[in-house]
Amino acid sequence: MEDKEKREKQQRERREFLGWLGGALACGAAAMAGDAGPSQAVAADEQAAAARAPPNPAIPGYDWTKHRWAFGVDATKCIGCLRCVEACKKENNVPADAHHFRTWVERYVTLEGEEKARIDSQADPVNIEASGSEREYRFADRYRDAKVAKAFFVPKLCNHCTHPACVQVCPTGATYKTEDGVVLIDHTYCIGCQYCVQACPYGARFFNQENNTTDKCTWCYQRITKGLLPACVEVCPVGARIFGDRNDAQSVISQFIHNNRVQVLRPETGNAPNVFYVGIDEDVN
Amino acid sequence: MEAVFHFSPFSGYVYPNETVVPWTLLIVVYPYLTGLVAGAFTISSLYQVFGFHQLRPVAHFALLVSLCCMIVVPLPLLLHLGHPERAFNAMITPHVTSAFAVFAYAALFYVILLMLETWFVFRPYIVHEAQRAKGLPGWIYRMATLGSHDVSEKAMSYDRKWLFALAIIGIPGAHGLHGYVGFVFGSLKSREWWSSDLMPAIFLFSAIISGTALVIVLYVVSCKLRKVPVELPCLKVMAYSLWGFMMFTLLLEGVEFASLVYRGREGYDVIMQFVEGPLLIPFFVLQFGIGSVLPLAVITFFIWRGANDRALLVGVTASAVLVLLAVLMMRYNVVIGGQEISKTGKGLLAYYPPILGREGLLAAAIVLILPPILLSVLVRFLPPWHDQEQTA
Repeated sequence: MEDKEKREKQQRERREFLGWLGGALACGAAAMAGDAGPSQAVAADEQAAAARAPPNPAIPGYDWTKHRWAFGVDATKCIGCLRCVEACKKENNVPADAHHFRTWVERYVTLEGEEKARIDSQADPVNIEASGSEREYRFADRYRDAKVAKAFFVPKLCNHCTHPACVQVCPTGATYKTEDGVVLIDHTYCIGCQYCVQACPYGARFFNQENNTTDKCTWCYQRITKGLLPACVEVCPVGARIFGDRNDAQSVISQFIHNNRVQVLRPETGNAPNVFYVGIDEDVN
Repeated sequence: MEAVFHFSPFSGYVYPNETVVPWTLLIVVYPYLTGLVAGAFTISSLYQVFGFHQLRPVAHFALLVSLCCMIVVPLPLLLHLGHPERAFNAMITPHVTSAFAVFAYAALFYVILLMLETWFVFRPYIVHEAQRAKGLPGWIYRMATLGSHDVSEKAMSYDRKWLFALAIIGIPGAHGLHGYVGFVFGSLKSREWWSSDLMPAIFLFSAIISGTALVIVLYVVSCKLRKVPVELPCLKVMAYSLWGFMMFTLLLEGVEFASLVYRGREGYDVIMQFVEGPLLIPFFVLQFGIGSVLPLAVITFFIWRGANDRALLVGVTASAVLVLLAVLMMRYNVVIGGQEISKTGKGLLAYYPPILGREGLLAAAIVLILPPILLSVLVRFLPPWHDQEQTA
């Protein structure tokens, strides 16, 4: 079942890629046709217009020009239950170990008398030991006997940047930005050089040794294009993860961005992330 | 099937995906090899273009060294790729904003240029052997003439023009190829350790010193194997070049490190923790102390003494070996070091290279030993020795 989904997903990503490629070829053809004389000029114009219009992925009932997806994280609500991390691994066939994550949760704890927060994630060896398995995640109760001055959790995921550094460095175009604002990877075209893994300042990408290509969060593209929420948003019991369409002013994400003083991670990179945070402090990057 | 990967222990906080280091030993070897290409080509150009006649004994040899290294350059990259069979995707649909997409074209251009230059240099010899040699070697030489048997004075002067032009194109070609490797690292904004405008220049100058050092070592070894005396004036010019370029390299590295410290941006504390801790032996002892300061002192001593004797030979050769080690350590400290400093700016990873496996020490060592093996075969077919010279 999982394999089938995976295959379908790959086929879809491939179709999208071929769509782009088709657009590029049409562009080239139109350019050549431009020299062919006046009788073909009209046809060439039509072709050029077709090439300019964004290609649409062949997903029934879905038009990617109609959406502009964005994600919100309300860190004040997150309780660090890690259901999101487990749901993501199941939904997206992420390798079940402590070194490959499409999403993760960070814990920031400042003890009394200390200035800097102590930071760990579910992948920390202490937390893995507490859970007893690399397939299930929980935060160990390691600050039980300490005097905690301040503590909060921060969910992390791919920021689906407007100017993604990972897309910039990809030598083949296997990773690309979709019309609806999602950064995807064509796993059938990726050569596995891992330049994108290096370029991402957020550590959102990893190399999947099971198919020897790079992998990362897709905001559950297989779900959002069917009108569903990403798996992590779906399972979050406290509403710390928010997802929606910025083209719709009444959507939860538009309201979230409108009603809060949101911030993004590492704005100085110029990547212009599309995951908006509320309730984080200066330690978080 | 269980997927195999190595993960690194860490201290402080690192992103969960960072524990599997993406670029390992093969990506250390790759810039090292391209550096040797650029450096050896520089020695060849100093003779071919800039008229350093003392370098005549090594000029053609350096060209072959450059060619043998260049042929091996794509190998570490291909071995590193998750899907080497898709490598041509980068050529079929190059993504123009990617520094990597340029590589295949730049490398192809450069291999062709090196092969052309080698052909012009050895054309008189190839023609001579094509008429003389029998059997398989004769057949190979006859193929290598490409149907051109004209070695008249007119043809040779034509060849010399081509050689000059190719050598001139080759200088920006070789140095551009390596400067670009520096850009691959320097242009990334995700890692403070790499993100520097000086990176291409540092890579370039360290490339020149490594290539010069390699030519020195291989030239001395070849003389010993062929039982002919080493031409000390030639060795001396190479030692002087090495000294000069080392000065530049050290200066650039110093300036880069100083500005990194002086800027003291986010993550500075962890970088200093890294520099004072894990970097102590690979950088301060191996790369800087034994690999740079010591050979610089030795060569300075010989320049000051101005002697042409056996001590010069031993001193310069030993210095060249140390420089080769230093540049290898420089590549290691940049490539691996950059990834040991977490992108969080709050933690450090400790990478321990595995011995076996596709990206292990053994694989890297095999890749590094290939150019000298290739060279030992090539010099039998195209002898670059000027004491038995029959080349352009």
